[in-house]
Amino acid sequence: MTINFNNVYLKVAATVAGKDEKEGSFGKLYDRTYDDYYTGCKTFEQSEMKMIDDSVTIALNKANLKIDNIDVIIGADLSNQVTANSYSSIKFNRPYIGLYNACASMCEEFIVGASLLQDEGIKNILLNVSSHNMTAERQFRNPVEYGCPKPKRSTFTVTGAASSIITNEKTNIKVSSVSIGTTTDLGVTDVYDMGSVMAPSAARTIYEHLTETNTTVDDYDLILTGDLGVYGKEILKEYMKETYDIDLKNKHEDSACIIYDRKNQPQVKAGGSGPACLALVTYCDVLNKMKNGKLKKVLLVATGALMSPTMNNQKLSIPSISHAVTLEVVK
Amino acid sequence: MNKERYKEITNEIVPKEDKLKNGITAFIVGGFVGLLGQIIVSVLEGNFDVTHKDATSIMIIILIFIASLCTALGFFDNLVSKAKAGLIVPITGFAHAMTSSMIDYKKEGLITGIGANAFKLTGSVILYGVVSAYIFGIIRYLFFGG
Repeated sequence: MTINFNNVYLKVAATVAGKDEKEGSFGKLYDRTYDDYYTGCKTFEQSEMKMIDDSVTIALNKANLKIDNIDVIIGADLSNQVTANSYSSIKFNRPYIGLYNACASMCEEFIVGASLLQDEGIKNILLNVSSHNMTAERQFRNPVEYGCPKPKRSTFTVTGAASSIITNEKTNIKVSSVSIGTTTDLGVTDVYDMGSVMAPSAARTIYEHLTETNTTVDDYDLILTGDLGVYGKEILKEYMKETYDIDLKNKHEDSACIIYDRKNQPQVKAGGSGPACLALVTYCDVLNKMKNGKLKKVLLVATGALMSPTMNNQKLSIPSISHAVTLEVVK
Repeated sequence: MNKERYKEITNEIVPKEDKLKNGITAFIVGGFVGLLGQIIVSVLEGNFDVTHKDATSIMIIILIFIASLCTALGFFDNLVSKAKAGLIVPITGFAHAMTSSMIDYKKEGLITGIGANAFKLTGSVILYGVVSAYIFGIIRYLFFGG
């Protein structure tokens, strides 16, 4: 399901990131980085809230706006009850929507936000995504100090938060279309292998987006997926060819593969993950390149594994979802 | 694409774990933990006039203490993940699992946090350890004369 928009623009974006991301590929591009997982707070969950707070403040400063100029805040993260964003929203004291589509949340926010902007009374929408390695680890896997050996196919949750403001005032970056993905399940049960879980849904969303917008891979300068990891990226390529007969050529990149310096950071294994992964790469690297004229049209595909430890214990396979957003440079 | 064909593709691309290398690492590290235990037992027996039975109990307590302390100091998880199963299978792994759970839930209170979650990882080990001890105890009593 693809929706085209003619009045949705990206105004500003801000990013904050943790220490592993600071040592990664885009370390110098983040607006703020922290040197430890606590970021001066008592617990990891509260530290995630602080990161959201900081990225919102930076985004508002960049846009020269006050929080009261924001009509709606949309927040998403990985934790149960969308804890970090929901608890942060108390402080902002503005209308708030909390979303959950795991790591596909960033594009989900764009879908909801852009749709809301069709109402004339709504001008500015703040989109927040965050993830924290330690809160995710605690919730989905083991205690953080537990040193269970991780397989090569596992990914490493990104610690960071990203905020962006979308508006109906014209800027240089247009949100031209969005695609709502369909939940897909090809029977993968391995909780460490999120790349295999998510690749089919990413492929389906890319195929549907291309078909419904009458475009081909060549029309895009970059197709950026969320957090498939190095093996998931390969699987996506194979799957696209075999199922849809589409060659992604050299247009495809995966945020998980580039956010860290994988050679010097062996702990990240197959790459990054989490809703903040795609957001950090997009708002730092991709937006910069779009502003410099290196990229003109970019398809973002946020990939999410809708994994529940409970259902996994009940031996059900892991469903996944991917949503897509096209960003274009306009004059 | 059906699930079977998809499994073929993922099996081709996703790398297998190096079981032999991991096994050898675990064997060597686990062996050193055993050696350390034996040294402690011998020292206790030889120098402190402790019976063999008491010496093994004290050795276990010492290993548990070392593993828990190292976990609390925050570097044991890195060692455990490098040593593969070498530090998890001996009693050090049990201590590490318990201590890490307790550290994780410390901020959620003594009862609802530490108390409720201390056995999060090790509960199954304790439960089935006790159950199997009963079963093998009965077998031993009935067939091997106690």
